[in-house]
Amino acid sequence: MTETLTIGKALNLGLRRAMEDDAKVVLMGEDIGKLGGVFRITDGLQKDFGEARVVDTPLAEAGILGTAVGLAMRGYRPVCEIQFDGFVFPAYNQIVTQVAKLHARSKGRLPMPIVIRIPMGGGIGAVEHHSESPEAYFAHTAGLKVVAVSNPVDAYWGIQQAIAAPDPIVFLEPKRRYWEKAEVDTDATPDPLFASRVVRGGDDVTVLAYGPMVKTALQAADAAAEEGRSLEVIDLRTLSPLDLDPVIASVRRTGRCVVVHEAPTSLGPGAEIAARITESCFHSLEAPVLRVGGYDTPYPPSKLEEEYLPDLDRVLDAVDRSMEF
Amino acid sequence: MTALPETTELVDPVPGAAAPHLPDQRGVDTVQLLTPEGDRVEHPDYSLDISDEELRALYRDLVLVRRWDAEATALQRQGELGIWASLLGQEAAQVGAGRALADTDTAFPTYREHGVAWTRGVDPLHVMSLFRGVDNGGWDPVATGFNLYTIVIGSQCLHATGYAMGVQRDGAEQAVLAFLGDGATSQGEVNEAMIWAASFAAPVVFFCQNNQYAISVPLERQSRVPLYQRAAGFGFPGVRVDGNDVLAVLAVTRAALQAAREGQGPTFIEAFTYRMGAHTTSDDPTRYRLASELEEWKLRDPIARVKAYLSRSGAAEPQFFDDVEAEADELAVRIRRGTVEMPDPAPTEMFDHVHAEQTPELAAQRAEFVAYRASFEEEQ
Repeated sequence: MTETLTIGKALNLGLRRAMEDDAKVVLMGEDIGKLGGVFRITDGLQKDFGEARVVDTPLAEAGILGTAVGLAMRGYRPVCEIQFDGFVFPAYNQIVTQVAKLHARSKGRLPMPIVIRIPMGGGIGAVEHHSESPEAYFAHTAGLKVVAVSNPVDAYWGIQQAIAAPDPIVFLEPKRRYWEKAEVDTDATPDPLFASRVVRGGDDVTVLAYGPMVKTALQAADAAAEEGRSLEVIDLRTLSPLDLDPVIASVRRTGRCVVVHEAPTSLGPGAEIAARITESCFHSLEAPVLRVGGYDTPYPPSKLEEEYLPDLDRVLDAVDRSMEF
Repeated sequence: MTALPETTELVDPVPGAAAPHLPDQRGVDTVQLLTPEGDRVEHPDYSLDISDEELRALYRDLVLVRRWDAEATALQRQGELGIWASLLGQEAAQVGAGRALADTDTAFPTYREHGVAWTRGVDPLHVMSLFRGVDNGGWDPVATGFNLYTIVIGSQCLHATGYAMGVQRDGAEQAVLAFLGDGATSQGEVNEAMIWAASFAAPVVFFCQNNQYAISVPLERQSRVPLYQRAAGFGFPGVRVDGNDVLAVLAVTRAALQAAREGQGPTFIEAFTYRMGAHTTSDDPTRYRLASELEEWKLRDPIARVKAYLSRSGAAEPQFFDDVEAEADELAVRIRRGTVEMPDPAPTEMFDHVHAEQTPELAAQRAEFVAYRASFEEEQ
């Protein structure tokens, strides 16, 4: 069946299907029950699955992740909603010292099939701590996997794949794109979760993005096309593990690469990606791999966020610099 | 500016104990069933019907666990362990709590619960391997119902609570025992665990061994009230028990676990005890506590009182004590030999089990590592 869904609704349907498929799936989070979450991603699920499976937790993020660890030890598959990206930090200790390490610590005896859903990124005019991009912290942590969806199709399938996966996964949702729509075929065979994807073919420059920046990169490609430049856009989809084979193939062809993310640029995901591309494509590169990211400042007050966030023009500026190199 | 109230009126926590750093202990009811002198006493709320055979078994546990601990400390001094966290003085708290568990219950230890490990049938060598640096604990946490040691202070209390929420969902009549120390009561996560446990009436018991020190920092820096009184603020019962009285610990923990199994929710148990040794073999307690304090607590030794009772009551013959000593020596020999002969892990083991499904990236790193090591072999 094919439906037109927003990213938010696709996540909701994906969660519903995962809960129907596996009675051990338990949703935990703040305000996810009657309210359906502040973004309504869990809308209606508590009504249909009950309070034992859709748990309105006390207001403490470490508590959500710490009790999720215990539930996972007991054979459950917790799906934790962190209300906003900036609120994940109280849970950081549990995520990094426990969730990420228990499988290794126990020599595989204690699987941690926990999904940590985090609405990420800015662009919604919010107050402090509601617009962060914390992916590098988690991608840097051994034992965690990190994925970022950019569209309704990946949202619908990705959340189900993440819940079914045996490892802990930080599942990043593009907050400002929750209302973007697309056709979703709910009978299709989905792409693998940990795979990047070429979303627009091109010959001049390879542009890499994930999550909310994929749309920005595609807009940049449209604008560049009007000027006769052909950008290849790749949706990375997964940050840990990184799936760079399609990227390397692309860069060997174009010789140029721009990485785009909202996270601060220094030591951000783009740095690792640039290093790996340089290792693999050194002789094909016509220009250094360039990064377009947030500045190394705290996320600014919302009146300045359009200055802070990479947009179409900053991507095109980097494309120009790459071409002129 | 208002002056801070004078709060430190100095009162002995247990009659006879000199512990001037402790908060006001007036009106504290400490459950005790066996006095330091080895006399059985009654408590209105907790009774223990126990056979002579069970008493002897507890004594054996206490002695063997202490012997293990002494051997481990010696092995560390001889360079065979990287570090050791001694349980000396806390044997009764750990054996009493551990023996209160049913086989189907689950315990979540800190890193000092060797005595509980013993009661769960964990091979001491599987604990020694952690302190030798071979692995992070070699026992099976599922098969033993004894979770792996948790070193980040207090984090396991949330795991225990979440596990107990799973027990509830399964409709199982089981209880969960979360271990923590006095220092851990200051951790946010521990307080969150107690909020969760209370809000969901989870079948979890918080067993706090108040050994008076968080490494060097005395209890007064953690709390201005006796710890067990904190439970009231969370909305469940708190009990203080003489942590050096194995019978009282057994009775109180058994009752709390049974209440949890019956759906009555959590209990907080403060086992009032004393860390007779250092925090770990890297610590030097002479820098922060008085020798006289240690001497006071030696008078409340957890093993001597059981031995006194067994002897005086005729529940054990002199031969029994000799047999237990001999068994302890055998155990020490086995632990020593097993530790010294323990092979180092294979270098590639660090790559194993990072994920349930290894990533291509990590597989590539592992292959690089193997090739790098092999390059030296080729040179030879």
